[in-house]
Amino acid sequence: MRRSMLFLPGNTPNVIQNGDVLGADAVIFDLEDAVAPDQKDAARILVRNAMTFLDFSRVETIVRINSVDTPFWKKDLDTILPLKPTLIMPPKTSAAQDVLTVDAYMSQLEDKLGMARNTVRLIPLIETALGLENAFQIAAASSRVAALFLGAEDLTADLRCKRTKEGEEIAYARARMVAAARAAGVDVYDTPFTDVNDDEGIRVDTEKAKSLGFTGKASISPRHVPVINEVFSPSQRDIDYAYEVMEAIRIAKEQGRGAIALRGKMIDAPIVNRAKQTIEAAEELGLGRSDI
Amino acid sequence: MDKVVHSLREAIELAGVKSGMTVSFHHHMRNGDFVLNMVMEELAQMGVKNLTVNASSVFDCHRPLIDHIRSGVVTKLCCNYMAAGVGRAISAGLMDTPVEFRTHGGRPADIVSGRTPIDVAFIAAPTADTMGNCTGKIGKSACGSLGYAYADAMYAKKVVVITDNLVPYPLTERSIDETYIDYVVPVEAIGDPAGIVSGTTKITRDPVGLVMAETAAKVIQASGLLKDGFSFQTGAGGATLAAAKYLKDIMLRDNIHGSFGLGGITGYMVDMLNAGCFQKLLDVQCFDLKAVESIRQNPNHSEVSAMHYASPDAKSAAVDSLDVVLLGATEVDLGFNVNVHTDSSGSIMGGSGGHSDTAAGAKLAMIIAPLSRARLPIVRDRVQCISTPGSTIDVLVTQRGVAVNPARPELKKALEDARLPVCSIEELKARAEAICGTPRAVRHGKKVVADVIYRDGTVIDQLYNVE
Repeated sequence: MRRSMLFLPGNTPNVIQNGDVLGADAVIFDLEDAVAPDQKDAARILVRNAMTFLDFSRVETIVRINSVDTPFWKKDLDTILPLKPTLIMPPKTSAAQDVLTVDAYMSQLEDKLGMARNTVRLIPLIETALGLENAFQIAAASSRVAALFLGAEDLTADLRCKRTKEGEEIAYARARMVAAARAAGVDVYDTPFTDVNDDEGIRVDTEKAKSLGFTGKASISPRHVPVINEVFSPSQRDIDYAYEVMEAIRIAKEQGRGAIALRGKMIDAPIVNRAKQTIEAAEELGLGRSDI
Repeated sequence: MDKVVHSLREAIELAGVKSGMTVSFHHHMRNGDFVLNMVMEELAQMGVKNLTVNASSVFDCHRPLIDHIRSGVVTKLCCNYMAAGVGRAISAGLMDTPVEFRTHGGRPADIVSGRTPIDVAFIAAPTADTMGNCTGKIGKSACGSLGYAYADAMYAKKVVVITDNLVPYPLTERSIDETYIDYVVPVEAIGDPAGIVSGTTKITRDPVGLVMAETAAKVIQASGLLKDGFSFQTGAGGATLAAAKYLKDIMLRDNIHGSFGLGGITGYMVDMLNAGCFQKLLDVQCFDLKAVESIRQNPNHSEVSAMHYASPDAKSAAVDSLDVVLLGATEVDLGFNVNVHTDSSGSIMGGSGGHSDTAAGAKLAMIIAPLSRARLPIVRDRVQCISTPGSTIDVLVTQRGVAVNPARPELKKALEDARLPVCSIEELKARAEAICGTPRAVRHGKKVVADVIYRDGTVIDQLYNVE
């Protein structure tokens, strides 16, 4: 289950070597914005060596490569793809063609390396106005796309609006991203909250993302990870209700009843699906039903 | 008649300091202390040689000691802690006689018993009256507690108080009283209070440190000791302070009312007192100015002498009533022995201070340390220096697992039941070496540069010169 994704600058060995103990479900090794142009080679080699020699089996690994309009992205993929990260994150994805360009090169590399196609999947980073308007086409461009990720810092610069803690300026972007991703059948991740010292702010921001339908949220600070994990984990109340729903279904089936009600409310297919998802998530996290 | 003399020279002459004697100092001004250098410079100018300096701690501000050693003014050093500034010179083989390292409890015990007699004690006093009643709580150089100075004042043959805030007799809010004091010397400044603040009294922002700190708090909770009446000491390291923050959160959330906080006191412990986590603070030294302010104003924040704090010879000492202590380490070995004296190259950069005293006294002595520092594993086959014996250490918390001393199987079970990441210390060593490789053994010379004297008086280890 991927609730939290933690950015780790690709040129910081001390942070990278401890990336798997910081509590995030996934770590994002960043070869793009966190790394100066003259440090790209060093960061690429460092991330390669870290993924080769260190044990990241407890977390998913994502690598943010450089964008397709730079001279770095192919070298990034040449170096990183053989190490089979969970996901590659191409930044500044503005159109389906950007995905297809990366996808084609990854397919070439996979063939060359004897890897099955789509071994490594994509999480395009949407951080331009054009990318936002093309979000569905991007999500649906290739079966390699596993999720979309909203990057609000660059997006608000492109929109020419001020980025705020309250996030009203990205309300449309958030809603649009969720709709696009869900329509394409992929996951969707919310932008990081950038004030690392605002413990209350991260909670409010994360709860907002969850309420809109995001799968999880990225973070630039390990301090935010526990809150993100907590908010995106099913609550005990949700878990208990999910088990009640499934129990009601079982009893109704035994009794040969078609219409099922729980606490006076009809249980329909969406409620059952949500209950199943909740139980799956709870089981993955080792959470059980409370003793009633 | 009063005890005020006109100059430091006069006090030294009246006290009768002669070549071959022992002079002593306390370290409450920490890295802002002026007094040790002031006195030693005066003694050097007077032509006194072959002195033993018994200072509770030696900081970087005391680097002039190196020249006094070279010139033969000082030929022997005793202390409980030595920062790297002087430590490197000692490790390079500066002295013919090994430095004697004691603990904060062992030092006063040896002074009281006469095993390390002091001829003349020099007490840096932020405020003193004309008869020598003195305190650290007020004055422009206020440092708070004078806990380490008590034994020196009470058992030295002669005692000189040096102050930069001479007040009329009587100073009723005193720490050390006039019955022990021979001479009072007013000077312009005894130190810089800004130097009291150690760089390690802030909660770490390092994410790895925070992971360890949170785990440490969970270990304390799982140990069963965190309940009403809980007593606690933490060092001034960033990760141990962060653990105190997590502990405070748990105590406030679960409405746990502790008994006392002990030791060197930071502003964070003051916050815990004020938040109701503890009823009292027992303070042997203040680590920052917030603690100084608190000890001056809050009657629940009280001063204790080093004997009361940790003496192994006392009928009882506060460390014996301690539930939990959080401690740091530069190295830990497979026997849970801890090094806090040297860096990875074997050069002196610390000392036990209260490390081994509290580890021996507390019901749960916990080391918090990252699995590696600067590409070197902290878990070793054998530490370069045994500062604190492994028999007194219960648990090692790292970011990649928690190792419990095999002598504490019930603690191990409690931590496993709490689903904490328990593993053996051998596994921790293997995990560190998988990342960092196995470091080459440090080569040292054949000259003993320091004896590490455990609180029971035995020489627990020796340090050699670094080549």
